[in-house]
Amino acid sequence: MASLDIQGVTKSFGTTKVLHGIDLAIHDGEMVVIVGASGCGKSTLLRIVAGLETATSGAVLIDKVDVTPLEPADRDIAMVFQTYALYPHMSVFDNMAYGLKIRRLPKAEIAARVKEAADLLSIGQLLERKPRQLSGGQRQRVAMGRAIVRHPKLFLFDEPLSNLDAKLRVQMRAEIRRLQKRLRVTSLFVTHDQVEAMTLGDRLVVMHEGRAAQIGTPMEVWARPADTYVASFIGSPAMNFLPATLTEGGHAARLAGGALWRFTDGARPGREGAAITIGIRPEHLMPDAAEGLPVTLELAEPLGSETVLHAHLADGTPITARVPGAAAADTLSLAPDLAALHVFDAATGKRIDPA
Amino acid sequence: MSATIDVQRLAAASRRRRARERVMTHAALILGVMIFALPIWITLIGSTHDTDTIGRGDVPLLPGSEAFNNYARAWSEGGGGRNTFSVPASTMLLNSLTMALIIAGGKIAISLLSAFAVVFFAFPFRMFFFWMIFITLMLPVEVRIIPTFQVMTDLALINTMTGLTLPLIASATATLLFRQFFLTIPDEYVEAAKVDGAGPMRFFKDVVLPLSVTSMAALFVIQFIYGWNQYLWPLLMVSDRDLETVIVGLTKMIGIGDAQNEWNLIMTTAVFALLPPVLVVVLMQRWFIKGLTETEK
Amino acid sequence: MRKKVIFRGVTLPYLLLAPQLLITLVFFFWPAGMAVWQSTLREDAFGLSTEFVAFENFTDLFRDPIYLNAAWNTVVFSSAVTALALGSALFLAVQADKHIRGARVYKTLLIWPYAVAPALAAVLWLFIFHPSIGLVGKALAVIGVEWDFRLNGGQAMTMVIIAAAWKQVSYNFIFFLAGLQSIPTSVLEAAAIDGARPIRRFWTVIFPLLSPTAFFLLVVNLVYAFFDTFGVIHALTRGGPGNATETLIYKVYVDGVQNLNFGSSAAQSVILMVIVIGLTAVQFRFIERRVHY
Repeated sequence: MASLDIQGVTKSFGTTKVLHGIDLAIHDGEMVVIVGASGCGKSTLLRIVAGLETATSGAVLIDKVDVTPLEPADRDIAMVFQTYALYPHMSVFDNMAYGLKIRRLPKAEIAARVKEAADLLSIGQLLERKPRQLSGGQRQRVAMGRAIVRHPKLFLFDEPLSNLDAKLRVQMRAEIRRLQKRLRVTSLFVTHDQVEAMTLGDRLVVMHEGRAAQIGTPMEVWARPADTYVASFIGSPAMNFLPATLTEGGHAARLAGGALWRFTDGARPGREGAAITIGIRPEHLMPDAAEGLPVTLELAEPLGSETVLHAHLADGTPITARVPGAAAADTLSLAPDLAALHVFDAATGKRIDPA
Repeated sequence: MSATIDVQRLAAASRRRRARERVMTHAALILGVMIFALPIWITLIGSTHDTDTIGRGDVPLLPGSEAFNNYARAWSEGGGGRNTFSVPASTMLLNSLTMALIIAGGKIAISLLSAFAVVFFAFPFRMFFFWMIFITLMLPVEVRIIPTFQVMTDLALINTMTGLTLPLIASATATLLFRQFFLTIPDEYVEAAKVDGAGPMRFFKDVVLPLSVTSMAALFVIQFIYGWNQYLWPLLMVSDRDLETVIVGLTKMIGIGDAQNEWNLIMTTAVFALLPPVLVVVLMQRWFIKGLTETEK
Repeated sequence: MRKKVIFRGVTLPYLLLAPQLLITLVFFFWPAGMAVWQSTLREDAFGLSTEFVAFENFTDLFRDPIYLNAAWNTVVFSSAVTALALGSALFLAVQADKHIRGARVYKTLLIWPYAVAPALAAVLWLFIFHPSIGLVGKALAVIGVEWDFRLNGGQAMTMVIIAAAWKQVSYNFIFFLAGLQSIPTSVLEAAAIDGARPIRRFWTVIFPLLSPTAFFLLVVNLVYAFFDTFGVIHALTRGGPGNATETLIYKVYVDGVQNLNFGSSAAQSVILMVIVIGLTAVQFRFIERRVHY
């Protein structure tokens, strides 16, 4: 168990810069999830931490020791790969024991550790099998077991759940979280799935085009997204964005359609009439015939306990709402929970907080 | 702090290891390339010197001045020292080229047809015939030299280009490769052809052939080399020196390896014999590797 | 194995198959059958009368010291060629598979000998090992080795082995390289993280995963050494000196073409056929098994 510090890590492949200086400090026993769309550099960052790629500049510190020049073998880390990367010619037992044999642990100790991990993952009855005789979920467990037996300082997960079917993914997600809390091993987990990120991480790093767009707890990231990218990436269905201008000395937003929405948490800095983007999550829009914005309904998706409404405003701006119960007529009015408004700079997309 | 020292030691060790590995890798590969290139280099150099220089055993390592003479003489007259009859390299090369092209083309043509029949039709004894073709893999020319020679005599094919090429045109490997490839053509294509009212030969011409171009190119490289490099078969089949192929002709020039041979001309002829297949492999490298690894697996 | 959707018709497929089948029947099955039949016959010295002798040609062969010598030569020659060609190809393929500068150039420079005919390979090495005009041949004389493969059987064998193996390395190299490239990178990375250094990684992970390729190549190389190297021996040593480099395939040629001993040559052909069939069968059993990997 250890802390992990990533300091100013950049990476270029030829002339393409894929990481623009990442700084991240992970405490002992913490699980941090790196989430982002494909090509955002998240896997590259993980592989730099593992030592499988060399950073162009910057440093990786494990337990405050600079391991940047070290090979993966010398970093005392374990990694679970997206494809599991089990050794196809070795039994489950040998797959898990391989790293320990290389480190010349006594036979009895190896057997004990493998058994312990196998029990923890309930794969004790599979130890003699070859990987090709296992199901996807079982392979996933073996890959986990191979990491656990090593008692490493750091667990690295490279999208380990993306090859599983939906049901198994949810189950393994919970299991990984449970195991990680129990073993208290510092972990770095890479995924493109925002639900996985929200449920697994003590903290999230949302990456966008080689930069950390936001680092924070899942609730922070959800409640106070740093920019429109993060806001749209986290949360489902995605946040609505409405063009507006700042008015009334920063106390309210004038929507393009004319409606005036007052901020409940104080004035935003900025000149009168500055272009802003108002963000409102679908679950914070309620049908309200009196006060709401009139919208035209295009599609209602009933999910049982609630309904997702896809609609557009009079000027054509699409808008999505998540309302309890079943949906109503073709035209209706939607009103925001004014306490749940997000304000972003229209030009930079950055969040604007009350001054 | 002890951990820090440890890191420095490990980092230095891994740096050393990487540097050492890189040097070793290049050294090993360069050595390998040199072992492959050495005989060619010696031959190329030898082909630019006069007969006496080589006959004396001086073993030159740098090019001489006789290149043009040697190549011109080997091309139009041939050579081989005390060999009374010499065949010009141009004749032998033309024979080899004709033979290799007929064999490669013929193998591709008849294998395409037979694979098409086996994959896209159902007819009595289909698998029996398939196995019959397949089993020829186990009957290389070398194990049936004498009886095959007798068959060729009976059919009056000795000393003919037909005799030289026809028996080598049957190909289990090519049939297998095309069959393998045809099996990957989606059933929907056949269905679409049927719906469009195209008959089997129309389908063959409009769909199968265009899709098979890459496989054909790959096979061509392999079979061209196979044809060019034939040795035992022409040795048996051809005594008429106008039909001599370059590989067999070359070894006949050497005879028993006498020092009085016109070694410079022999080396020149070796370069001629080497060039076409090597060029084919180098220029068509991608297809060649694909063809090789896919036919044999 | 076959398509669900097919064309109708019986005559057309037979017509399509006809050329291949005709050549196969006339030039493969008929001679092979004749070889089996002839192996049970014996002609007198003048070729005037033929008698049926059943298995006598075979039993004579196994009592003939020259044949047994050829069999032993074949074992020595084939195992040396196979070991040399496989070993060096694997070594070179592992080097060329690394991420180093110029990897592609190295690959091209290592695969071209595939195009060289075995007989031509022999000629090229003759230029080097010839005792009076060859670079190495003369160098050996200078350092006091009495080098003349035309007189010394061991030296002759060494030379045909080198020439035959040299030509085959490229083929093996191509397959080993393809095998190496089909090993998932993540498996090798997992091994690196598990702490395995390159050499250990090679023997515990890479080599076991290459073993299907290696086995396939083993059979192919044996077949090559048995049959395709006729040209090497014919061009270099003609089976000599004495019978030092006479292999089974070369002896079939000598007895059939030079000595005109058809019965014995045919019997030898039949023995070789059995060997090829055996090797091919082993290979196919193995291919069926390894599909699971």
